[in-house]
Amino acid sequence: MSESEVTLHGAGGALIEGSPYGIPSRKLTMWLFIISDAITFGALLFGYGYLRTASSDWPAPFRFNPSILNVMFMTFILLTSSLTMLGGVDAAKAGDKAKARRFLWSTMLLGVIFAGLHIREWIGLIDEGVSLFQNPWGSPLFGATFFSITGLHLLHVTGGVVAIAVVSRGFSRGKLTAGHVEATGLYWHFVDLVWMFVVPLVYLLNLAR
Amino acid sequence: MSGSKKSGNVIVKYLPVYFVLLAIAGLEIVLAYQGFSPGVLIAILLALAFSGGALAVMYFMHLNEERRSLFLTLIPAVIFVLIMMNMLWSDSFRLLHMKPFAH
Repeated sequence: MSESEVTLHGAGGALIEGSPYGIPSRKLTMWLFIISDAITFGALLFGYGYLRTASSDWPAPFRFNPSILNVMFMTFILLTSSLTMLGGVDAAKAGDKAKARRFLWSTMLLGVIFAGLHIREWIGLIDEGVSLFQNPWGSPLFGATFFSITGLHLLHVTGGVVAIAVVSRGFSRGKLTAGHVEATGLYWHFVDLVWMFVVPLVYLLNLAR
Repeated sequence: MSGSKKSGNVIVKYLPVYFVLLAIAGLEIVLAYQGFSPGVLIAILLALAFSGGALAVMYFMHLNEERRSLFLTLIPAVIFVLIMMNMLWSDSFRLLHMKPFAH
């Protein structure tokens, strides 16, 4: 690397390489976390796909009402929360703390509603006799895969809500920057993205006829 | 307002992407009830899911506004790993029936 490709920083005169992607290390780290997490979800969904294909009695328990209606509403909620997160990041970049806080709290509220609906869905299935290793309809692995995939996603949503709360508070108090809000936003959009794959593969392929 | 710059109406800017994503989600549900064979339905649903995912990554996550090098580092790596995971499928089916493919 030539000297023209390095940047001089600091009073000590240390030579530090410029960012190879033109983004802060915080954002790059979040991207790297996201792709590793995408691979984790990919592995889970592939595993589920294998088990489903290999089982001749895979259950198809999801009726339009209440399951698919619930999923439609959850999708609407999560997509809308991505929109409010975009507003939060934009306001944070502009330094508008009050507006950023409003958007971030709206995103959190939508995240909490999503988690509540998801837990309601779980309780409905548990009441029907579905557990990790048994269900009344067929392959006992259905519960294990369903609760693993949706549970990991729910964990991400819950973690995201907590992260947004921490970042919102820190940004309002001037302890965190718009860069922190942006990195949290990237994570939240990823949670939304994963849901776009969970709905068709886990719910829509197992519709009750 | 404590801001130093005025924030733009970013929600209006991304509203078309939001509606397209909602439409994709709705279309998936409609198609799921059309009685396609499982193989065809999986192909259709995956195509729609990848389309929605690409829109979310490029616009909501702003990957289209970053340097191309970031895109070329992240996306092919994910696709490569996800494809390589499929190497396990053949072994999984072989183990399921407890016999090698040769028999």
